[in-house]
Amino acid sequence: MISYLIRRVLYAMPIMLGVAFLCFMLVHIAPGDPLVAILPPDASVDLQKQLMELYGFNRSYPEQFFSWVWRAMHGDLGSSIATGRPVAQEVFKAVGNTFMIAALATLIGFFFGSLFGFVAGYFRNSWVDKIASFISVVGVSVPHYWLGMVLVIIFSSQLMWLPATGAGPDGSAAWIWDFEHVKYLIMPAVTMSFIPMGIIARTVRALVADILSQEFVIGLKARGLGEFGVFRHVVKNCAPTAMAVMGLQLGYLLGGSILIETVFSWPGTGFLLNQAIFQRDLPLLQGTILVLALFFVSLNLLVDILQTVFDPRIERA
Amino acid sequence: MTNQRDIGGPRQPLLQVRDLLKHFPLKGKGLPFASPRSAVRAVDGVNFDILKGETLGVVGESGCGKSTTARVLMQLINQDSGELVFDGETVGSRALPLRQFRRQAQMVFQDSYSSLNPRMTIEDSIAFAPTVHGLPSREAITRARDLLARVGLQPERFAGRYPHELSGGQRQRVNIARALALEPRLVILDEAVSALDKSVEAQVLNLLLDLKQEFGLTYLFISHDLNVVRFISDRVLVMYLGQVVEIGSSDQVFDQPRHPYTRALLKSMPSMDPLQRTMEAPLAGDPPNPINPPSGCRFHTRCAYARPVCGQRAPVFTSDESSGGGHGVACLRYEADTASLFSTAGEVSHA
Amino acid sequence: MSTLQATAATPVSALPLPAFKRSRGHWANVAARIVRNPLAMIAAVILLALIGIAVFAPWIMPADPFATSMFTRLKPIGTPGHLFGTDELGRDLLSRLMLGGRLSLFMGITPVLTAFVIGSGIGILAGYAGGFINTAIMRTIDVLYAFPSVLLAIALSGALGAGIVNALTSLTIVFIPQIARIAESVTTQVRRSDYVDAARASGAGAFTIVRAHVLGNVLGPIFVYSTSLISVSMILASGLSFLGLGVKPPEPEWGLMLNTLRTAIYTQPWVAALPGAFIFITSISFNMLSDGLRSAMEVKQ
Repeated sequence: MISYLIRRVLYAMPIMLGVAFLCFMLVHIAPGDPLVAILPPDASVDLQKQLMELYGFNRSYPEQFFSWVWRAMHGDLGSSIATGRPVAQEVFKAVGNTFMIAALATLIGFFFGSLFGFVAGYFRNSWVDKIASFISVVGVSVPHYWLGMVLVIIFSSQLMWLPATGAGPDGSAAWIWDFEHVKYLIMPAVTMSFIPMGIIARTVRALVADILSQEFVIGLKARGLGEFGVFRHVVKNCAPTAMAVMGLQLGYLLGGSILIETVFSWPGTGFLLNQAIFQRDLPLLQGTILVLALFFVSLNLLVDILQTVFDPRIERA
Repeated sequence: MTNQRDIGGPRQPLLQVRDLLKHFPLKGKGLPFASPRSAVRAVDGVNFDILKGETLGVVGESGCGKSTTARVLMQLINQDSGELVFDGETVGSRALPLRQFRRQAQMVFQDSYSSLNPRMTIEDSIAFAPTVHGLPSREAITRARDLLARVGLQPERFAGRYPHELSGGQRQRVNIARALALEPRLVILDEAVSALDKSVEAQVLNLLLDLKQEFGLTYLFISHDLNVVRFISDRVLVMYLGQVVEIGSSDQVFDQPRHPYTRALLKSMPSMDPLQRTMEAPLAGDPPNPINPPSGCRFHTRCAYARPVCGQRAPVFTSDESSGGGHGVACLRYEADTASLFSTAGEVSHA
Repeated sequence: MSTLQATAATPVSALPLPAFKRSRGHWANVAARIVRNPLAMIAAVILLALIGIAVFAPWIMPADPFATSMFTRLKPIGTPGHLFGTDELGRDLLSRLMLGGRLSLFMGITPVLTAFVIGSGIGILAGYAGGFINTAIMRTIDVLYAFPSVLLAIALSGALGAGIVNALTSLTIVFIPQIARIAESVTTQVRRSDYVDAARASGAGAFTIVRAHVLGNVLGPIFVYSTSLISVSMILASGLSFLGLGVKPPEPEWGLMLNTLRTAIYTQPWVAALPGAFIFITSISFNMLSDGLRSAMEVKQ
C-alpha cells in the first residue's frame, strides 16, 4: 500500500505542472494586449515599454512560465494590475471566505443527501424511494444562481428575515461568529448545498440498495441480526465511498463558487475571479485560478489517500 | 476438400510447436520505472506436434498454461520465443503470412456468451469472418445459414436472433459454426463444452465428431474433464506448470500412465463404480507457483516417487518410437542414466 | 462438404436472398422499455413542447421581443397584452422567453454534441490502442480533468472573451475530458471480451473490428452518459451569460435575462425569476429522460 501511496503522490506532480501550464497559457490566449486595462489611451511608447518590462510581458514564453512558477513556489504570485496589492494576499483572504460557505454547504448537503439517499435505498422502489429520488434529481438539476435569486426574493425581499448580499454589516474584514454575521452566511451556504445534496443522495441510494441486495445481508438476518445491526452494517459499508464523494464535492464547490458569490456579493475567490475577468487583471486571474486548481488537485489526492487507508477492500495494484 | 490444400503430405504434422515460451512480467510493486522483478512463467518451453486428422486432447490443472498455449497457437498472444510450423511452413513467414494462417486455424472459446457480439444477429456474427476475407456479403450470409443448419439450428428460426435469446448449448453450436465459417483445417477447442450441462455436452461432443468426419478437420481439445478427453481424443498431452510432461495415444496415457502427475490425475477421477470409491486425494504437497517453480523437476515437491536427484536436475522429454507419435514423458525415472535410482519400490509421501 | 460450395447450376447472385425474421434489436428493446417509464415520458413531452416552441418562436411570438418601451417597464404577470409581464426595458417577457429558448437550448446541446464526437473519438482510440498511446492520451486528459468544470468553463471564457462562439468553445473543452474518460473505460472493457478476440482471430484489421464490433457496443453507453451532461451544459451556458461572458445583449437568452432582471427582484420578483424557472424545467426534464434511458439500458437480458 505504501508504494501505491508514493506512486499516487508522485503522479500528482506532473498533473500539477500541467495545471500550472494551462493556467499560464489561459491568459496568453486571451486576445488583446494584457496591459490595455491600465494604460491610458494616449500612453507613450516608452511608458508602454516600461510597463511591459515591469510585468515581464516582453520576455519569451518559456522564460515567463518558469519565472512565474518559480516565484509561485515561493509564494509570490505577482501583484494585481488593478489594485496593486499582492495577489497571494488577496487570494488567501478570499479563500478563507469561500471555504466558510463551501464547508457549510458540503455539510448540509452531506447530511440531507445521506438522509434522502438512505431512505430511498432502504425503501427502494416504494413511493418513499420515488419521492426521495425526485428530490435528489431536483438537487442536481436546479441552476444554483437562480435558486439564490429565488431565496433572496423569499427571505430578503418578502419576509425580510435575512440580508441579501454581503458578508456582514462591516464587510468580511470584521467577521465574528455571532448571529449578526452568521445571518449573511445562511443563504449562500444553503444555495450551494443543493447540488452536493443531490449527488450524495444519488450515490448513497445506489450504495445502500446494492448492499442490501447482496446475499450476505440475508445471511446476517438469518443469524438473528436485528434491524439496527443491519443498519450499522450498511452504514459501515457506505461510509468510505460517501465520504469520498463528499470530499470531492467540497473541491467542486471551492472551485466553482463564482456564480453564487456573484449573486450574494460574497467576497470569496469566485467574486475575486469575477473582478479579475472584467478588469482584465491578468496576474490576479492567473493567481486565483492556479490556487483554486491546485487546491482541487490536492483535495482529490487527499481523498484518494484517505480512501485507500480507510477502506481495505479497495484493491490498489 | 482439405486434401486440395494439403501441402506437406499425410506424414507431415499439421502443426508443429517448437520451444514455445511466454512469460508475463509482473509489474514492479515498487516505484514506477523499476524493472520488473519476476514473471508468471505461463508457457515455459512447450514442444509437441498435432498430426493431420487427429484429435489431440490437452489436460492439466487450472493454471498449467493450457489456455495460454491455445491463445499463442492462435497468435492472439505473441510468444516470447519459439515458432509454429503449419503444414511445413513457419507461421508469419512470407510463405505463410499471418492472415492466411488465420483462415486455416480457428478457435472455440469456453464462455459461449462472451464470445458472441451481443449486438449482432447470429448470422451476421458467423458471416463476419468470411466477409473480412473478401467474400461478398450475400454469399457469406448463405454460408452462415448453411452452417447453422449443419450444426443443428434451423436457419429460419435462429439466423435473425441475438445471442441472449439462445441457450448455452445453442450458443456454443453457433460458436462452432462461426469457427467453421472460414473452412479451417485446425480447430482449437478451449474448454468448449466445460460450461454446458451434461446432456447438452454429450450432444455437442457428438456434433463435433460428425463435423470432424464431414469436413476432415483436426482438433486440439483442451479440457480438465478427463472422461470427455478420453472419449474424444486420439492422443493426449498432459501439461504441468507450463510444460509438457507426457504425451501419447489415448489408450497409452489412460491405461499405462508414465508420469507420476498423470497417474495422480487419473487416480483423482471420481470413480463410476460405487463399490470402488475413490477415497483419498492422491496429490499432496503445496500447489505449484508459476512465478517461482520448484528447482529441477517441477513436480518433485508433490511427486510420490521423488528422489533427491529430482530437485537438482530437470528431466528431458524422451519418447519411444512406438506407432502414432510415440509415448513420450519428461521424468527422470525413464531417463537412461537416472532410471536405476528409482528401482527400489515405495512411494514417498509429501503430506 | 459440397454444401459449402455454391452450386454451379444456379448462380447465387440471381436468387433472391430470403429474409428471415430478425428479432427486435437492442435499441428497439430500449425504446420499448423507456416508453413504459411514466416520468421519462412526461419529461420527453415537456422537452418536445419546449423545443417546439423554441423552433417556431419567430412565428408564434405574441409580440416583438426587441421592442422597448419606457412606459411599460416591469409590468407584472397577467398584464393584458403581456401575459408574462415585461422586463426592465419594457420588452414583452413571453416573447423573449420563447425566442430565448432557442439560444439557451442551442448552447446546451451543441457543446455536448461536439464533445460527444471528439471525446468518443479520443476515448475509443485510447481504449482500443492501449499501451503507450492510451497512457499518453489519458494523462493529457487528466490535466484538463483536474479542474472543476465551472472553474474551467469560466477561466476559458474569461480568457477568450464574451460571445457565443467563445462560450461554445469553452464548454466543449470542458466536456471532452469527461466523455473521453467514459469512452476509454468502456472501450477497454469491450476490447478484452472474447468476441473481439474471435474477430482478431479471424484476421480482421483494427479498423474493421472497431467499426463492426466495438462501436455498436460502446456508443450506446457513451451516448447515455452524454445526455446527462446536457442539463449541466445548459446551466453552465446560462451561467456564463449570467456573468456576462456568453451571449451579449440584446439577444434574448434565459441566463442573460436573469442577469439583467436581477435588480428587478425587489419590484417584480416573479417576473425576474421566470427565465430561471425555465432553465430549471428544461434541465430537470433532460435529467429525467437521461435517467430513464440509463435504466432502460441497464436491464439484464
